Amino acid sequence: MRRIRWTRRGLLCAGVYIRVLRLRATRAGWGRSGLLGVGCFSCSSVGRASGSTGLNLSWKLCVTIMRLVILDNYDLASEWAAKYICNRIIQFRPGQDRYFTLGLPTGSTPLGCYKKLIEYHKNGDLSFKYVKTFNMDEYVGLPRNHPESYHSYMWNNFFKHIDIDPNNAHILDGNATDLQAECDAFEKKIKEAGGIDLFVGGIGPDGHIAFNEPGSSLVSRTRLKTLAMDTILANAKYFDGDLSKVPTMALTVGVGTVMDAREVMILITGAHKAFALYKAIEEGVNHMWTVSAFQQHPRTIFVCDEDATLELRVKTVKYFKGLMHVHNKLVDPLYSMKEGN
Amino acid sequence: MRGGQGAARAPVIQFTNCRILRGGALLREDLWVRGGRILDPEKLFFEERRVADEQRDCGGCILAPGFIDVQINGGFGVDFSQASEDVGSGVALVARRILSHGVTSFCPTLVTSPLEVYHKVLPQIPVKSGGPHGAGVLGVHLEGPFISREKRGAHPEAHLRSFEADAFQDVLATYGGLDNVRIVTLAPELGHSQEVIRALTALGICVSLGHSVADLGTAEEAVQSGATFITHLFNAMLPFHHRDPGIVGLLTSDRLPAGRHIFYGMIADGIHTNPAALRIAHRAHPKGLVLVTDAVPALGLGNGRHTLGQQEVEVDGLTAYVAGTNTLSGSIAPMDTCVRHFLQATGCSVESALEAASLHPAQLLGLEKRKGTLDFGADADFVVLDDSLHVRATYISGELVWQVEEARP
Repeated sequence: MRRIRWTRRGLLCAGVYIRVLRLRATRAGWGRSGLLGVGCFSCSSVGRASGSTGLNLSWKLCVTIMRLVILDNYDLASEWAAKYICNRIIQFRPGQDRYFTLGLPTGSTPLGCYKKLIEYHKNGDLSFKYVKTFNMDEYVGLPRNHPESYHSYMWNNFFKHIDIDPNNAHILDGNATDLQAECDAFEKKIKEAGGIDLFVGGIGPDGHIAFNEPGSSLVSRTRLKTLAMDTILANAKYFDGDLSKVPTMALTVGVGTVMDAREVMILITGAHKAFALYKAIEEGVNHMWTVSAFQQHPRTIFVCDEDATLELRVKTVKYFKGLMHVHNKLVDPLYSMKEGN
Repeated sequence: MRGGQGAARAPVIQFTNCRILRGGALLREDLWVRGGRILDPEKLFFEERRVADEQRDCGGCILAPGFIDVQINGGFGVDFSQASEDVGSGVALVARRILSHGVTSFCPTLVTSPLEVYHKVLPQIPVKSGGPHGAGVLGVHLEGPFISREKRGAHPEAHLRSFEADAFQDVLATYGGLDNVRIVTLAPELGHSQEVIRALTALGICVSLGHSVADLGTAEEAVQSGATFITHLFNAMLPFHHRDPGIVGLLTSDRLPAGRHIFYGMIADGIHTNPAALRIAHRAHPKGLVLVTDAVPALGLGNGRHTLGQQEVEVDGLTAYVAGTNTLSGSIAPMDTCVRHFLQATGCSVESALEAASLHPAQLLGLEKRKGTLDFGADADFVVLDDSLHVRATYISGELVWQVEEARP
């Protein structure tokens, strides 16, 4: 673990002065100029681990990190994301009294990431025994065992392949008699679990996070949402292309709920998401593109493939590609629970 | 004991590293079992919030529903049609030995016999669940005596019967009661047969057409009256003729009741049916094909000469001859051999071959919710097969009842 040291010139960590970073943080927003790319990446992976509390707190206030990690293709992006999650869980050293809390998405984007996580589990490198998960959303009115429900998705694509305790896998119940009470209970469960350590999410073509459709409040909490037409159209492919079969309402975590997480990772792959990514990080914070809210989150990583960057400025893409050697230090070495750390 | 209140507390067993036959396909899924039934693991996870109590690695094998043999006359020296004092132990012996062939349920079959035999034997073969003691008895298959003289095959001529005026009463009098009966094979060209078929069908007994010289019209009428099965297609019936296909024509008949199709038994031992004939039947109507052994007491006795009742039989590999002759003396191919031969002769998919020995007989008997499938809620009767469809282990109600020798410690 790296240490943060006071020196004459300021806070020093891994050779980068935090004060410098802080100045940058206050001056620039996200977007073209601002980025706080370099430095202290390995510190940030310490998370809630030991270190002087005061120092850590100020560290968090000082250093906000947005990383745009660009991989060549979908498979590499999925693998990078999975490795990052794996390392975060292992370095956290979860145990009987300390569970790692993970927020999870559904949809086609994270499938590759889930496959890799399952692979690490099957190899014995990663256990989910002390991991609690909270899914972002679930359709309303769809039977739990419907093949397109998010319960089915999570079971088939993730839970059935790993060793998570079923009591620790939380998904909103879209068939609850009192939907708002269900949402409130979900928020309470997150709170009782100590908050989310890492919330993994995707982005809709309309820039939404979870089912926080354009126009959603950026401080919203878990609630019932009516789906936008864009979302219904995007989901039709899972219902035999029949729009009438697609659920029109869903329970979803709010933008505020995800913002409360200690770290957020957004997976964005494919050219059809490129415009949404542009709106999310190169334009301002805007409730019509709810993912843009994460410009104001202390620790966000956007993991993309080349195609998803097609609408970004060349300058942005070149800058972040140039940082890949730093980004890759987060996933290399890839830790393993086998080594007993 | 399956199901019931204790089931929820029974241990959950998860069979991993296997391919299971479900929905007509071999899927890379785990098989979950509890209380002798196939369990829905997703429901277990989200509703009961439980995981498996025990995991068993299946070594990459195929898990198929246990085979169901609806026509087997005996085996291992036991003849079901013999009126002994202790028929029960003979049935039990066969039930136990066929576990190694992957058969988890069967219908002991009685050939044409005198009244005394039926009256003595039938009450001694009750319907019984399977278990470590042996495969389950689904009910008796009565092949005869109401069959055609001309097509009696090896059945004794002296004991053939036809229906009298009060046909159904005649049936009851002959068999002495229908309590343990599951299937009756009869010839539909016999007078009064249609009313008998209707009466038997109303009692839930499966009526099968066989040992008959019926033409297609008579056969179709029989199906409309309720017949659902053909006993060993091609054998003991008129050969297919292009102007009158006879019973064989039922496979493609358009005059069957709507929504129903005919099932037909085939002995796929490579000897009783030419592979080309097997292929013709399979291609014409794959969904109705039911693999049966029609095995005789010489099954499982090994090469050499054996005395079975009044007969001397010579066994040589998969063929049984009347001793000293070249006359076939019934089939002795075990069910798993039939499945393998069927697969190889027809070139069908592994899934089709397995369904012909499990799902189709279950559908014939109306048991497809509980037997012949690995769907959630079905009885956990299944067989572990390697890629060449050799039986590695057999399970009934989720309990291991047989496994191949080298696997034992």
